[in-house]
Amino acid sequence: MPNKVVSPKRITYEKAIALSLAQEMERDPSVFVYGLDVTDHKKIFGSTKGLEKFPEKRFFGTPLAEDAMTGVGLGAALNGLRPVHVHIRVDFLLLAMNQLANMIAPAHFGSGGKLKVPLVIRAVIGRGWGQAFQHSKSLQSIFVHIPGLVVVMPSNAYDVKGLLASAIRSDNPVIFLEHRWLYWLEGKVPVKPYTIPFGKAKVVRKGKDVTVVATSWMNVEAYKAAEILEKKQGVEVEIIDPRTIYPLDEAAIVRSVQKTGHLIVADYDWAFCGFSAEVAAMISEKCFGILKSPVTRIAFPHTQCATTRPLENEFYPNAVDIIRAIEKKLKLKPTNLKGEEFYSWENRFKGPF
Amino acid sequence: MQTFSRKNSSSRSILSASFYQKLYLIRRVEERIRDLYGEDEMKTPMHMSRGGEAIAAGVLEAAGSKSQVFGTYRSHALYLAKTQETDKFFAEMYGKATGTAKGKGGSMHIVSPEAGLMMTSAVVGTTIPVAVGAALANAYKKNGKLVVSFFGDGAVNEGVFWESLNFACVKKLPVLFVCEDNDFAIHSRVQHRAGHKPITEVVSTFYCHTGESATTDVHEIYEKTKDIIGKMRVSGMPGFLHFKYYRYLEHVGVNEDFEAGYRSREEMLPWLARDPLKVQRERLLKIGLEEGEIAAVERRINEQIERSIAKAKKAPFPAKSEYKTDVYAE
Repeated sequence: MPNKVVSPKRITYEKAIALSLAQEMERDPSVFVYGLDVTDHKKIFGSTKGLEKFPEKRFFGTPLAEDAMTGVGLGAALNGLRPVHVHIRVDFLLLAMNQLANMIAPAHFGSGGKLKVPLVIRAVIGRGWGQAFQHSKSLQSIFVHIPGLVVVMPSNAYDVKGLLASAIRSDNPVIFLEHRWLYWLEGKVPVKPYTIPFGKAKVVRKGKDVTVVATSWMNVEAYKAAEILEKKQGVEVEIIDPRTIYPLDEAAIVRSVQKTGHLIVADYDWAFCGFSAEVAAMISEKCFGILKSPVTRIAFPHTQCATTRPLENEFYPNAVDIIRAIEKKLKLKPTNLKGEEFYSWENRFKGPF
Repeated sequence: MQTFSRKNSSSRSILSASFYQKLYLIRRVEERIRDLYGEDEMKTPMHMSRGGEAIAAGVLEAAGSKSQVFGTYRSHALYLAKTQETDKFFAEMYGKATGTAKGKGGSMHIVSPEAGLMMTSAVVGTTIPVAVGAALANAYKKNGKLVVSFFGDGAVNEGVFWESLNFACVKKLPVLFVCEDNDFAIHSRVQHRAGHKPITEVVSTFYCHTGESATTDVHEIYEKTKDIIGKMRVSGMPGFLHFKYYRYLEHVGVNEDFEAGYRSREEMLPWLARDPLKVQRERLLKIGLEEGEIAAVERRINEQIERSIAKAKKAPFPAKSEYKTDVYAE
């Protein structure tokens, strides 16, 4: 049955999600997928395609009622099901913050460990193009601030399949954030089901000169920056993808900074009080004496995202920002970027990296 | 559970006696909380059920022991009617390791998932969708379990109530919504909060069964609930019941608050005249139980409560390390 959703080995992020969902639903009859428009002809950018083979009770669309639908997920999870609730934009999840922060996150604690909440909430994060301030956010820093929630940000097709399986099998509530532009990425993905443990970072690229901790799409930008700098400046950039924001693999970040002495946090969220600040604080506590430069944060500025392209481009950080930050850190001359191609809605990165 | 040794043992009289024991248990537990709260050892805000005991006892009897229940911060009556247990209850009030949630929940979050009291919440309306989700799971598993969602009349002002009702009706879920209406959302009366016709009338425009009553007679509440559950089983549609009652005490705390000026003692008097406990006690006498017999049962319940209080006071607090446990499931 799953073969219908699988193309041989290289598949896109979007298909890896659909494949993981289908396999988990086949493996465990308590898994169901629901959310606004999950069953329509667009299938959440293709990520729920193929699930229509399951009966309606296991795959259904909902009314526009984010608050209640999140509570419904909690109630179903308390009764032993494993719901996967899907949001086409993370921004809509703000309508469900009460259930997330007041009900779901403290349910296990508040019952003295009696209640368990095996619930997955998938949400697509910015950017598309011209989506402005209500379809552009990322919000991991808000979710991760709340104890009791697990926050996952897969950056490639292999990880998204394994991490989604782990999320569905977890007995904790998991916020699963998928960047829209990552949906185009292809990668080698085993057809067989597999899981990836939470709290285990991935070294995306090895290097000795500077560490870049990158979340979600920023891994693609960091990878591009690293390639250019290697070619044009002979600089070796080490990229760490934490994969799960909480639990956070602090040891992997510390290990890398101990080697390079330089840290850039390239986060896909607002900088102020954001995840990038958390990593910077953690490194200042654990690596203070060995830092060769202050920690640099590359993240959203403290403003809203505009619709018009020139302002939208200013809002989102990219590979050039990372290159310039590394030049400053390592006191390099400006890299000649002539002839280099960067990614955009029109110039899509299809990977793998 | 204490029992009457019975010569008059028709099923109705057994039920009457059982109701009285539950009503008395709830009333007495809260009386003891009122007596002891001033010692400042129960460090948890108290929202008392006093005046509304018959709703919990009657509805839960009709819903059956296998039903699942979701409540509010005012859920002492639900807990006691569902479990008739007082050891863990008082331990939780005293914040002890032997409490229902090792002291992590307290009065506003009292639960007993093993007995079917799944969740209670201190944010108005928030357990309503969770109850609907639990009902979805029961329908999914076809286990025949009914879910009862208790909330106050303030909760129907929340958007999530309407979202939840709507979804339950769309999906035809086995959930019974029970609105316990004491006229006040904290201190605000319904005329300042509702821009619509009486709530049952509005809810009746949804595809569900509705019913309402202002009785304080636990049997009438039981019958009303049994009736709607019967209809729900036939049609597969959800149910909504609206019960009026009078909150004898302040919104939060163990005292009366008539001196505050927002309501008068006079408006409570007609309710006191038909106090649910009084009504049921009179019934027991009418059906032939003797005063001494009732008093003996009351005494046994009193003793159970005193034992539980003594145990709770003596029990240890949770280890300090517990403040960081149970955040994530293993």
